[in-house]
Formats: sequence, C-alpha cells, structure tokens
Amino acid sequence: MNRMAKFLIPLALFLIAVGFLFKGLFLDPHEVPSPLVGKPAPVFQAPILGEVGKTFNSADMKGQVWLLNVWASWCGACRDEHPVLMEMAKTGQISTYGLDYKDTDAEAQAVLVANGNPYKKVATDADGKIGINYGVYGVPETYIIDKVGVIRYKQIGPITDEILFTKIVPLLKELQR
Amino acid sequence: MIPEIGQFSLILAFCFAIVQGTLPLMGVWKNQATLTNLAVPAARAQFVFIVIAFICLDYSFYANDFSVLYVASNSNSHLPLAYRLAALWGGHEGSMLLWVSILAVWTMAVTMFVKDLPESFRIRLIAVMGMVSIGFLAFIIFTSNPFERLIPAALDGRDLNPLLQDPGMVFHPPVLYMGYVGFSVAFAFAIAALLDGSLDIAWARWTRPWTTVAWVFLTLGIAFGSKWAYYELGWGGWWFWDAVENASFMPWLVGTALIHSLAVTEKRDAFKVWTVLLSICAFSLSLLGTFLVRSGVLTSVHAFATDPGRGLFILIYLVVVIGGALLLFALRAPTVGLGEKFDVVSRESMLLANNVVLVAAAGSVLLGTLYPLLMDSLGAGKISVGPPYFDAVFVAIMAPGLFLMGLGPLAKWKKASLPEIGTRLRVAAVISVFSALLIPFAMGKITLMTAVGVFLGIWVISTTLILLRNRIKTRQAATPTLLENIKGIPLAFYGMLLAHLGIGVFILGVTLVKGYESEQDVRMEVNDVAKVGNLSFLFKGVQEIAGPNYLSSQGTFSVLSNSKEITVLHPEKRFYPVQGSVMTEADIQPGVVKDLYVSLGEPLENGAWSVRIYIKPFVQWIWAGAIIMALGGILALSDRRYRIVNRKAAKEAQEAFEA
Amino acid sequence: MKKLLILLLLALNIFFSTNLAFAGEAKPLAEDPVLEARLKAMSQELRCLVCQNTTLADSSAPLAEDLRKEIREQLRTGKTDKEVIDYLVARYGDFVRYRPPVNNETALLWFGPFLLLIIGGFVLFRVLKKHAGSDDIQGEDA
Repeated sequence: MNRMAKFLIPLALFLIAVGFLFKGLFLDPHEVPSPLVGKPAPVFQAPILGEVGKTFNSADMKGQVWLLNVWASWCGACRDEHPVLMEMAKTGQISTYGLDYKDTDAEAQAVLVANGNPYKKVATDADGKIGINYGVYGVPETYIIDKVGVIRYKQIGPITDEILFTKIVPLLKELQR
Repeated sequence: MIPEIGQFSLILAFCFAIVQGTLPLMGVWKNQATLTNLAVPAARAQFVFIVIAFICLDYSFYANDFSVLYVASNSNSHLPLAYRLAALWGGHEGSMLLWVSILAVWTMAVTMFVKDLPESFRIRLIAVMGMVSIGFLAFIIFTSNPFERLIPAALDGRDLNPLLQDPGMVFHPPVLYMGYVGFSVAFAFAIAALLDGSLDIAWARWTRPWTTVAWVFLTLGIAFGSKWAYYELGWGGWWFWDAVENASFMPWLVGTALIHSLAVTEKRDAFKVWTVLLSICAFSLSLLGTFLVRSGVLTSVHAFATDPGRGLFILIYLVVVIGGALLLFALRAPTVGLGEKFDVVSRESMLLANNVVLVAAAGSVLLGTLYPLLMDSLGAGKISVGPPYFDAVFVAIMAPGLFLMGLGPLAKWKKASLPEIGTRLRVAAVISVFSALLIPFAMGKITLMTAVGVFLGIWVISTTLILLRNRIKTRQAATPTLLENIKGIPLAFYGMLLAHLGIGVFILGVTLVKGYESEQDVRMEVNDVAKVGNLSFLFKGVQEIAGPNYLSSQGTFSVLSNSKEITVLHPEKRFYPVQGSVMTEADIQPGVVKDLYVSLGEPLENGAWSVRIYIKPFVQWIWAGAIIMALGGILALSDRRYRIVNRKAAKEAQEAFEA
Repeated sequence: MKKLLILLLLALNIFFSTNLAFAGEAKPLAEDPVLEARLKAMSQELRCLVCQNTTLADSSAPLAEDLRKEIREQLRTGKTDKEVIDYLVARYGDFVRYRPPVNNETALLWFGPFLLLIIGGFVLFRVLKKHAGSDDIQGEDA
C-alpha cells in the first residue's frame, strides 16, 4: 500500500483541482468585487439633476444610512431595475440617491418623467469622474453607505427582488439600528 | 427532414459508441470472441453516423435552413459560402460536433492502421476510444443539440460573429482539434497498456507516431490561431496568454515532453511509468481545456455562451475519464519494471531533464490560468494573471531548458561525458555569445532580454547544425561517399534536427519583435505622411466599399522608402449590419526581416483618421518557426523505420501473446 | 481663386502621388509622446474592466478611454507609475493588474513553478543515480 501512495499523487492533485473547478462553476468570473466595501465612501460634490445651480455634497449625508444608485438613461439594465427602485422608494424605509453616470440631463429627466422618480436627489456625473472614484465599471451599480460614511455593500448589476429582500433590506435594518 | 436525419444519426452513433466502449472490454475479460469482434465494426459504424450528422448540419448551413436554431444563430443568407460551411463550428453546439467528428476520424484511423497488435490490446485500445466518445456524444445529445428546431423559422439568421468571418476560421479550429483530440490516441494506448499489463518497448513504439501526428496538428493549429489574432485583432499581438490559448498550449507542452520521454522508453524500456503518466496528462489537459471554454469558469475572448449545467456535465465527465485513468495508473504503476540502465549523464537523462523543464513550464501555465479561480473560490479576492506574469515566469523556466536543448542531442546514449560535449560545443558557444552581442547592436539597442533571447536562439540553431555536421562526419568511415552518408541518416534524425531548428527560429522571431518593434499612433488627414523608422506612410484617403455582408471604409496608404513607393496597404474598418458590429481589418505587408502593419482607428474631424502604424521586425519568424517544427514532425513520421519496426515488434509481441 | 489653386495643387498632388512636397506631416495623436509612452507601457499591464479580455491599452470601451484620460492627467501632475497603479487598485482591486502583486496569497503562483522545477530536477537526479547504480535491472519502480 505504501508503494502505491506516491502513484496516487496525480489523482489527489486532480481531485483537488476538480474541487476548485466545481466551486468555480457557481462563481461569476465577470463580477469584480469592490475593494471599497468597508472603506469610507469617496466624498464628492456634483450638480443636482433638474435643480439648476444647486450642488449635491455627499458629506452632508453623514448621520444617515443611504443608498447611492449609479444609473444612466442609455443603460438597458437600469430600466429593468427601475421598478424595484420605485418599490423601495414607496416603502419610504430608505433614502435612495441617484448618480446619473455619463448622461445628458435632458435624457435622464425624460426617463424619470416617463418611469417615475425613485430618487430623493440625483447627482450628475457627466464626465464619469465620480464613477471612477467609486470604481464603477458597468451600470447599474448600487452602494449602501452607513451613518459614518462607510460603504457597506456594493451591488454590481441590477437589484432584483431577491437581492432586495435577502441582502439589502436586512442590511439596512441592521445599519439603521 | 435533413436535421432530423442528423439528429437520429447522432443518437445511433451514441448507441454504437456504447457498444464500442463496453462490450468488447467484457469480451476481452471473459474471452468471448463474439463480443471482441464487435469493436471494429461498432467503431466504424459510429464514424459513419457521425459523418452523416456532420454533413446534415453543414447541409443546413449550406441551404440556409433557418428553422434550425443553431443555423439561425450562427449564419446568415448573405454570409459567403465558405464561411457558412465553417460556421458549423462557430458556436458551442457545432464545435462540440466537430470535436466528436474528429475523435471519430482518429478512431477510424486507429481501426485502419493499428493492425499488427496483439488482439486484446487492439480491442482495448478501440474500446477506450469508444468510452471517450460516449461522454461527448451524450453531452451533445442531452445538453447541446445542434439540430434543435426553431419554430417558427427565422426569416434570416443572426449571422456568424464577424470576428470569425475570416479564412482563419476555416482552418484553425479543425487543425487545432485534430491536435487536441489526437492525444486521445496516446491516452487510449496508455490505458489499454495499463489494462493489458503490456507496458513495454512495443507500446512506446506504437504510441510514438500517433503522438507525433497529433503534435504536428497541434503545433500548426496553435500557429494558425496566433497568426489569425495577429492580423484580425488590430493591435498586432500574436499571443495573449488568454485562458483558451493556454488551454491549447498546455497539451502542446506536455505532448512535446511525451514525444521526448517516448524516445527514452522506446530505446531503454525505461521510465515507462512517467511516460504513461504523460500520455494521460496530455489528453487530460485537452479535456480540461474543453471544460474551461465551455463552462464559463474563466473569462476569455473565446468563451461561447456559457451555462453551468453544461459545465457540470463536462466536469463529471472529467472526473470519470481522468479520475478513472489516474486511479488505474495508481493501481498498475507499482508493478512496472525499471528498464535498462543508463548513466546520470547521458542522452536519456538529458531527455528526461527536458521533461522536467517542459512539465514545470506547463505547470506555470496551468497555475497562472487557474489561479484567479483558485483565489476566488477560497474567497481571497479577484486577481488577474496576464502576460506580465507569464512573460516572467514561463520564460525564466524555459530558458534553462533551451540551453539544455543544445547539449542533449550531442550527448551519447547510455553514457556521455560532459567535457566531451563541452569540446564539441565550443564553436557553438562562441558563435552564440558573439551573435548575442552583435545582433542587438546592429538592431540599435541591447537589453538583457534581447541578448539572452538571441543567445538562446542562435545557440539552438548552431548546436543543431554542429550535430548534423558531426553525424555526417562520424558516418564517413563506414560508408564511401558523403551523399550516401547523408542518405544513410534516418529521416527521424533529420526530423528532430528540423524541429529543433524551428524552435531556434521561433525564439529569434519572438526576441526581435519584442525588442525592436516600433509603433506610431497618429492623426492623419488625406496626404499626410507618417514617418516610422526610415519609411514614410502616405495616407491617400478612405473609400467606401460594399462587401458581401458588410460595408467597409477602406484606407489607402502608400509606403515610401527614399521617395520610392514600395507597397500600398489597404486597412479597413468594416461594419457588419446584421450584428451591428465594427471590425478592424489591418493590412500587412509581410517580409522576412520586417512586417509593415497599418490599422485604421476612428474617423476624426475633417476627414482625418486615427491610424496605428507598426513595424514589426522578424515577426514572421514566429510562425515560420512553428511551421518548421511541424515539418520536422512530418519528416520524423515518414521514417520507414516505424513501419518495419512496428511489424517486427508486433509479430514478436503477437507470438509472445499467443505463447 | 486661391481655393481653385489649392484644389489644382491637391489634384496634382494626388496625381504625382510620390511627390511629397505638399504632404503634411502626420501629427502624433498624443500631445506629449514621452508621457504617452509611459501611459502605453503602464496600460498594457492593466486589464480593461468592461471587456475584461483586453488590456486597457488596447480596449476601445468608453470606460477604458476615461481611465486612460485619468491616468494621463495624473501622470501629467507628476505622479509616479506606482502611485497611479495604487490609485486604480484602490478603486477596482487587484483585478485590474495583469501582473498580480507578490504577497502571501500569490506566493504559490509566483514561486510554485520554480519549486516544481527544483523538486522535479532533484527527484530526477536521485532516481537517475539510483537507476544507474543499481545492479538489478528488474528494479521495483521508477
């Protein structure tokens, strides 16, 4: 038996590799987790959509839990997400703010008029610089930021009902305590 | 009707594969001729029905039958005929059909050309091929049916991905698969030998030519793919260390190791355990590559629409085939003998040292390819492993191996002396060091990378030529004329020389293009001139041209040297309306010492365009090297020795078997 | 009149296509070629996040363009290559680097192949020595 042991090494290595490959089947290689989770959210000031001359300052959000949803009128997946955001807004449990990423004001406002506006305010990021600071690489993306201004969660891609009820709502309850 | 015939044929082929993979094995075990006699007819019937299925699917492409979902997704009535036929392997389902078709071709070849083997061995060999086929046919039938109907039929197809609409698409996948899948024969030989308990010199002799054929195809397939990327992707890259490229490169590295260790096993009946393990590994890596492409566990330019269900199916298949093979290996390997003796310094030991290097190199590629997955599944974060890693680690591991390549062939079999090899290689060493300083100097700048690269390239070439000279000279005593001497050397020896020369040429190409390519990103209006090196590129404007299924903006560039036009280049920017995608078609003037490469970027204001111009010195040597390597393999295969020896060895083995 | 003359000259120029007297020198796309070379070298080791299988240098995705612009600006303000890469890693993680960092987690990746080479060489040497030295040709195992 002992003599066989070393000939079992290739099989053992192979089975270890299979374990990883099996796990890999259920992971999404395209999803890039943000290193910003657990770190202070980058502070930014930006013009507010539809309120000429006014500026949104993310530093003013200290002391409350808020949700920053990065979206754009040209983004198809954002349309899919929109009803979920509307649903969230209706409950009034959470202040949702928008970041209109690389978009024109007119087109963005047209979308909000047509589909409803789930946001308390929408900051605009026409040249995508705020997006870079937040590590945005595809819209929609959503950040949950706690009372002291730390990013606690990042959702890449649209929020679905499932994600809303299994991840976002429980986290918000915990943070708001 | 035709697609249904195709589907039915696939199912019949599946049934025959089951017969081929199971009953003959039982027959050998129970010694029942009625069952063993099924192997060959079942294998051939499987081949016939797979060919029918293949023809049916390609006919649907030919006839633009958009009621077949797969055709509607991968073709279009405006697609030129050659691409319609090649579109068969343009998507997941069809490329799996290509996979089993090529496996069937190999199985057919085995039934035809492996004749003089002991019956039990031959039956087991064919049965193992059948077992490999069962899994893939089941995979196609149950998860990836290419004949699925689309009701109602589409008016027209969604077109073949424009990136694939290229002559490369016609040749690259079939040739690559011939190589990839061809290692299944070496695998089947290994499993049959382990089952049979006949791991001997004859087994090594029988495996060797089959491995070489597969290796030749794989070499050419990889080279075609690289060349295709070079002109198609528009930035002149020829190798990206992409997961799927790596998946074809790993079997190549292990296959190369296998060819060399087979030489030792054949000569000395030694290191059989190692050789059999390599045979299993080469094909296992081919299968792993298939898994990586199909399952979507890694991101890749080659990734087809992916599906974890399919991934799971292939993974289970991998566990059965590879796991089973390795288990059998663990059970049988301890009983295998050690073989003839040879010295620590000898041709044999050098060949095995080469194996260590090639396997470590394959290990670095495997590790680099799977590491992001490994980190991710351990929850340790996402990383990317790309060209900078492979350029550093892979090259550092291969370099000593390439140095050894110069020594190995000059070492005597059984027992060699290092000082003697040293004396023989003095000249080569001087030439290589001299070139390593002189060539970079002539090219304009010297770096460590270029010096080492040129040294290794020239070292491989010069030692190979010295080997040829020595061989001709040493023979002179026995035979009268030089010509007879040259004729007297076996073709296999010339094949080895040629393959090694190919490596040298390849290294020089890689080193020089990496070290000395020049590039310009310019904004050009009509009649602007861009100067790159001592050449001027005159932009004469852009014309709109309609292709069969695309619209093209075709630029005209006149390349001038000392105010004399040396060539005209027409890079294109093509728009494919069906998929709404834009493709960059670079235009290249290839040359022995340099390629001129122009690609159109984006249109800018005032009719200007952004233009990329490259001068790529010696880049063609990369593919020339690969082709020379493949020619070396072909030459080795034409050696008459194989046939004669095989007959004799087979006869002996047959007698021993019957005794 | 002047326009006509220019047109005529242009026509002549096209006719005598090898005559370069009127041809303009093509302008490099970048204003500062040295900076651009740095950007190029750097972005060739960075991964585009949108298409994920091309480098930042070769990608034409809008985000890649934005990032190149950002890098260019940061380089212009005098930041070192390392500072810029750290900036990107802080936002996108190690995923953006095609050259993984050397740390505890990647030690196996960076040194594993060399270890394999050394162990392989050592085992081969031992086996060869045993093999050459043993009198028993029908030895037990390899």
